[in-house]
Amino acid sequence: MARLHEMTALEIAASIGAREVSVEEVALYFLERIGRLDGSLRSFIRTVPERAVAAAVALDRRLAGEVSARRAGGLFGVPFAVKDNICTRGIPTTCASRILESFVPPYDATVVRRMYEAGLVLLGKTNMDEFAMGSSCENSAFFETRNPWNLETVPGGSSGGSAAAVAAGLVPFALGSDTGGSVRQPAALCGIVGLKPTYGAVSRYGLVAFASSLDQIGPLTRDVADCAAVMNVIAGHDEMDSTSAPLPSRDYSARLGADIRGIRVGVPREYMGEGAEPGVRSCVRDALGVLEDLGAVVEECALPHTEYALSAYYLIAPAEASSNLARYDGVRYGLREDAAEVHQMYERTRRRGFGPEVKRRIMLGTYALSSGYYDAYYLKALKVRTLVKRDFDIAFEKYDVLVGPTSPTVAFPIGSKTGDPVKMYLSDVFSVPVNLAGVPAISVPCGLHDGLPVGLQMIGRPFEEDFLLMVAHAYEQAAGTSRLRPRMVSEG
Amino acid sequence: MDSATAAEFEPVIGLEVHVELKTKSKIFCPCPTKFGAEPNTQVCPVCLGLPGVLPVLNEGAVELAVMAALALNCDIRPSSRFHRKNYFYPDLPKAYQISQYDHPLATGGWIEVGAGASRKRIGIKRLHLEEDAGKLMHEGSIETAARSLVDFNRCGVPLIEIVSEPDISSPEEAKEYLQVLKSILQYAGVSDCRMQEGSLRVDANVSVRPTGSAAFGTRTELKNIGSFRSVVRGLQYEIRRQIEVIRAGGEVLQETRHWDEQREVTVALRGKEEAHDYRYFPEPDLVPLHLDREWVESVRLKLPELPEARKRRFVSDYGLPEYDAGVLTASPSLAEFYERCVGLYGRGEGRPKTVSNWVMGELTRFLNANNIEIEEARVTPSHVVELLRLIEGGSISGKIAKAIFDRMCETGEMPSQIVRREGLGQISDESEIAAVVARVIEENPKVVGDYKSGKAQALGYLVGQVMKATGGRASPGLVNRVLRERLG
Ligand SMILES: [Zn+2]
Repeated sequence: MARLHEMTALEIAASIGAREVSVEEVALYFLERIGRLDGSLRSFIRTVPERAVAAAVALDRRLAGEVSARRAGGLFGVPFAVKDNICTRGIPTTCASRILESFVPPYDATVVRRMYEAGLVLLGKTNMDEFAMGSSCENSAFFETRNPWNLETVPGGSSGGSAAAVAAGLVPFALGSDTGGSVRQPAALCGIVGLKPTYGAVSRYGLVAFASSLDQIGPLTRDVADCAAVMNVIAGHDEMDSTSAPLPSRDYSARLGADIRGIRVGVPREYMGEGAEPGVRSCVRDALGVLEDLGAVVEECALPHTEYALSAYYLIAPAEASSNLARYDGVRYGLREDAAEVHQMYERTRRRGFGPEVKRRIMLGTYALSSGYYDAYYLKALKVRTLVKRDFDIAFEKYDVLVGPTSPTVAFPIGSKTGDPVKMYLSDVFSVPVNLAGVPAISVPCGLHDGLPVGLQMIGRPFEEDFLLMVAHAYEQAAGTSRLRPRMVSEG
Repeated sequence: MDSATAAEFEPVIGLEVHVELKTKSKIFCPCPTKFGAEPNTQVCPVCLGLPGVLPVLNEGAVELAVMAALALNCDIRPSSRFHRKNYFYPDLPKAYQISQYDHPLATGGWIEVGAGASRKRIGIKRLHLEEDAGKLMHEGSIETAARSLVDFNRCGVPLIEIVSEPDISSPEEAKEYLQVLKSILQYAGVSDCRMQEGSLRVDANVSVRPTGSAAFGTRTELKNIGSFRSVVRGLQYEIRRQIEVIRAGGEVLQETRHWDEQREVTVALRGKEEAHDYRYFPEPDLVPLHLDREWVESVRLKLPELPEARKRRFVSDYGLPEYDAGVLTASPSLAEFYERCVGLYGRGEGRPKTVSNWVMGELTRFLNANNIEIEEARVTPSHVVELLRLIEGGSISGKIAKAIFDRMCETGEMPSQIVRREGLGQISDESEIAAVVARVIEENPKVVGDYKSGKAQALGYLVGQVMKATGGRASPGLVNRVLRERLG
């Protein structure tokens, strides 16, 4: 039997189902691995070993009571980790921010509840850029997370902790959130699979809001089949989220393994220009070759408003954030800096509680919404958003899936972009249009450049994740790129 | 202010009224809305605005808001949406209020005020849905409190805001507009409209302009109006103040002013509270609200009879004067009470008017004196009707009936029980009355002599003496007859 940390979540579940290993043994295995390796990686803000073991023991007991070892749900007994902006009852949920350092939610996010109900074991909460604002995990108020492929480089962000932990084999899979690439970009930089579902496919209830009209929770997994299996657990309508789509639940794994001969693949020329570094482009071109070998028809296409998308994103997202983050005022929970007068208390609390990037975006967003500037900034950004969305609508009339790089670069050295926010924002140039349009997109590994992983982004039609996963799976099987592992994994 | 000055200027008034809807649960979460619960016992992560929560619109609140809008003759917009109104305040846990902004639920309504020739329409510009905030409580006075506490029970209670057109031309008319509005909303069953519990709140916009001018003067917004009385007092003060400013060559500033109930003045708010930029933007956590025509029509069918219609029916069905009908139908509960009385007592021989006299007279006086609503009193239509029957059957006099009315209302004891227990029943036994008559004749020889010498009014005095001696319980007709017989 392969070592647990090299197995996929589905393989681990199968092994538990076959009673080759107990849920408790699996949980202890990964907790031991985290204890041994996370000191250098720093992907977890917190682990919950006692809870995890207690949950695992209870699940083993349930399993012992079953006549058949076959479990519904497919991931029974598998451990997982959750980005620290997803609420977990009784476990601090900090958003990697000083202002929420002491916040313990009295409720579970819908995705966490569904995980528990499907018999999965939470190991801990992963590091992130503060309030999901960043592309490198360097904006965490607590510490930086490192990329397991090269500890001197960033894991990407903002779901950097989740991506690094999965890539390093510290946990079989994790959940992240994607507002402007925050699942896909770290998945790309860490060489794993990351899916940003269609807006409305997964409930946002319990996800601490950054930009409500863009946020989606998504899985970070070792391979595409795991990604589909996780979607089977977390996706589906939720009455607690008015923006969750009232669609019947579906089997995201159903089309995996199907032939993709004849599918039409569009390659947006805006994604293959100078913006992406040559090594990344060359990996993506190789991937297009693999798709052609599989019988896909690959053509260049256009998403003409791509160049405006980033600016629109950096108005809409901060505008919503300025409102979403206003509740952190020190009155009810989290950090409070006492003062004689309430406005002073707000000011002191927020000055001390928020990091520089969060403050930057709150100011940007407040400005964009202010009277006199609203039309010129926020309203115009909404118009651009409509145009970006239309670009995708038009492209999907002709193509089944759009393919390009996830990130313009591979993992960059820690500290190399922190002094220049705009340079950092450019990391999201290929991922934010997807959030603005609300469509689903997946990043799958497509090779290495300079020894660091490159991510291939595949974008699909709204609520057709099953199709997108089918194409991604076909590519992954043919290219063999998801078997690439950092030394941290192969060395054990 | 002399009358010449008053005629020189005319006020222009518009009212913004916030009304709490009578839903069982809050607008975006399932918490109950009961008034008066222990602080922070009707809260959940959603209405406390904890990180990660999302609002889910309560359909019941939408239905009541639509009902209110229909009762106020508004057009229901087929599509409306919610916005966030952003500002920091400790009673506002999300630091934004979910409200409606440029796409309100309903527009273009009206109600009528005044009677006869001065009857007029006041336009309703818009009606929209929003959530209420919590309530700050200070330990001691606001200036000296060492700390303040927040009760979030009210936070997230559904509100409608009803904005009138600037069609109101006097403080008294503003009060009448509010009375009619309250009455309609109570009838429609959408709100209790209790100002003292805060389920009806009023802000007033007021300006003055030279009489007959078409242009508007600069307006001020009057807040902190706690009662219908202070609507009138506050507006009167503010109108006078603005006229004085203009006459002194000054300029009215556009500002928010607080009505100071104790000092009976309006005071300008300054500083931070004034400089608000609410940064409205569409609420991304809620989808636009689409109301299809059929559903709106189904709500319209549920709309109960409104005050105007009921008033007309009272005149035609019960033969009541318009005045009576107006008073009785001002609140649905009083009208309901009246109708149940008539239902029990019957409609013949001017009975509806008799009931009206008692309900408008004694009952209303009792309610006002105790500052309660009819549904809070122990008196029921059965009480009132039994009382009327006791009078009609000659068991008690009208005077006795009035005397026991309050006790009946306070204790809920049936009038027949009170009469029996306290021996208040009318004396119709001739021998008993004859004995009293004999005594009165004996004690008043002079008056008896006057009567016998032809002074007819002397009989009245003797009747009075008999009534006095019997504690008013003697049947006046019987006393008269016996006295005449004895005096020959
Ligand atoms: Zn609640």
